[in-house]
Amino acid sequence: MSSPLPSVRFSFGDREIVAEAGQSIGAALIAAGYRSWRTTRHEGAPRGVFCGIGVCFDCVITVNGRPNQRACLTEVRQGDRVDPQEGAGRGHLGC
Amino acid sequence: MATSAADGASPTGPANSATGRENSATGRGDTATGRGDTAAVGGDRGVSRDSGYDIAVLGAGPAGLAAAVAAREAGARVALIDSAGRVGGQFWRHRDGDTGAGHHHWSTLRRLRRAARKLDFLSGHFVWHAERTDEGFTLHATVPATVPANVPATVPANSHATVPATVPASGRDAAGDQTRTIRCRTVIVATGGYDRQLPFPGWTLPGVYTAGGAQALLKGHGVAVGRRVVVAGTGPFLLPVAAGLVEAGAEVLGVFEAGAPGGFARHPAAVLRNLDKLTEGAHYLRVLLRHGVPYRTRSTVIAAHGDGHGDGVRAVTVASLDADWRVVPGSERQMDCDAVAVGYGFTPQLDFALQLGCETRLDADGSLVARADDQQRATVPGVYLAGEICGVGGAQLSLVEGELAGLHAALTTVGAEPSRGAVARLLRRRSALRAFATAMHRVYPVRPGWAGWLAEDTQVCRCEEVTAGAIRESIAELGATDPRTVKLLARPGMGLCQGRVCGYATTCLVAAAGGREPTEEDFRGIAARPVAQPVTLGMLADG
Repeated sequence: MSSPLPSVRFSFGDREIVAEAGQSIGAALIAAGYRSWRTTRHEGAPRGVFCGIGVCFDCVITVNGRPNQRACLTEVRQGDRVDPQEGAGRGHLGC
Repeated sequence: MATSAADGASPTGPANSATGRENSATGRGDTATGRGDTAAVGGDRGVSRDSGYDIAVLGAGPAGLAAAVAAREAGARVALIDSAGRVGGQFWRHRDGDTGAGHHHWSTLRRLRRAARKLDFLSGHFVWHAERTDEGFTLHATVPATVPANVPATVPANSHATVPATVPASGRDAAGDQTRTIRCRTVIVATGGYDRQLPFPGWTLPGVYTAGGAQALLKGHGVAVGRRVVVAGTGPFLLPVAAGLVEAGAEVLGVFEAGAPGGFARHPAAVLRNLDKLTEGAHYLRVLLRHGVPYRTRSTVIAAHGDGHGDGVRAVTVASLDADWRVVPGSERQMDCDAVAVGYGFTPQLDFALQLGCETRLDADGSLVARADDQQRATVPGVYLAGEICGVGGAQLSLVEGELAGLHAALTTVGAEPSRGAVARLLRRRSALRAFATAMHRVYPVRPGWAGWLAEDTQVCRCEEVTAGAIRESIAELGATDPRTVKLLARPGMGLCQGRVCGYATTCLVAAAGGREPTEEDFRGIAARPVAQPVTLGMLADG
């Protein structure tokens, strides 16, 4: 479909992942074998990408300390620090 | 914020780098307007600098792109606004270096993309509210730090343009998100649509994707959603999704079409005027045949199963359906897979049409759509509509409606007379394509039996985790008779997606409980979204 693209490295938890430049964080995680990276507020159920185009907000994730970023829309950049997200993503507030 | 376009090291591909970088010098090759910046163009037409653009187009898919280019070529000063980093929308979702293989009408995208260099493409702009003003319209947008964006210098920043990130951040996010206000005299809404979903047990498991999501991951990011994939739902869109996956090396275990297509024979007039569309479908069927992928009608995925350890889908139950989509007893069989791609047609994205007060109607597929006349005018002065929001009909119809909208918006806004021949040709094409879309909707209807697939604990609203049982309780015990009341009582549609995913199902469930069909009012009640994107309180205050 396309010529080889340059790669970028980012961290997911304590793992380093190599992605293709221009990929979303969600796509890069799926390519690396992950299907889920957050848990829901009420039932703690795992979720990952569903709609893939920014509509459903199922894939929200913490990027460089900011929670609730849509993994399907956020383009991965070199050195990004990506972390799973639990519940409402307010763990950093300590409440 | 240092945008990727502004720092000159854009990783975001041909569309963005072309429009992004060359935008800063719009004047090049712009013979009509000399330098082509805001003041010069505005001045030429006696428009004050404050009123901004002649025309703003919301959405850079086929409809919006065609509209923006037509209006620009007619001499209007145009802003084309999209949340993505590139033009093309979902239909032409692509990556850096994409040569167009696997895409349809790629040469049209190349032509429009080239033409769009002469207008301002505001990429990475998440518009959350559109409002009428005395001079025209004001569009409020956020430009998140996490998304590649092109912010032309001609779009003034708000007084407190940079809103600090909600938590301390490092690197690229340190600058925080921005808010932008775009002013225009005329607005063209071309926001497209997204997959329409029907819930089923297990559909919230990781590894279950919308058909459009699977397509976006493949075309936009080069990632197949799984190694063993089941494709299910209804409508012709399932075919390119399955064909794309199988050509990317995934094993597609089957395409399970809940409907019984073949009814095209009952719509000969619509089909004969659109033979190329059938050829497209036949191409995908040939790809599936070549790879030995079964295509089964009157069957679908009625449940997805996980491994119980939070690791996502590992199998699905596929069943045969009767004409009303009730499960044929004994037809269920389990199939191991690691991904599911599912979709039941499309839902138009009506947020801005409703915010602006446009009248709506129910289309042949049961979707709420906005009313547009032969000039693509909405029922609100100064608002034009194009593409899926006028009725789901595919990319070719979107292109035609976009061009019509752009030409007529330019006529009323800057007085550019369109060629009568061109308009007549476009209207004939629109009529043929609309007839085909209507035939398509009649061939692939959603039937009510799907409600029988739900268990009491099946989540209907994914965001708020509201079950079918809770929705039924709000109807049977608490007396709700319309989806808005169900939403208030049981909270489906109250989460971050604002009912975009569960709105259709919730509406169908409450209508069915009352022994009636869903109405336009039902859908309007659950589709109104005064704030279309998540914004911080600081941004709201900033305006």
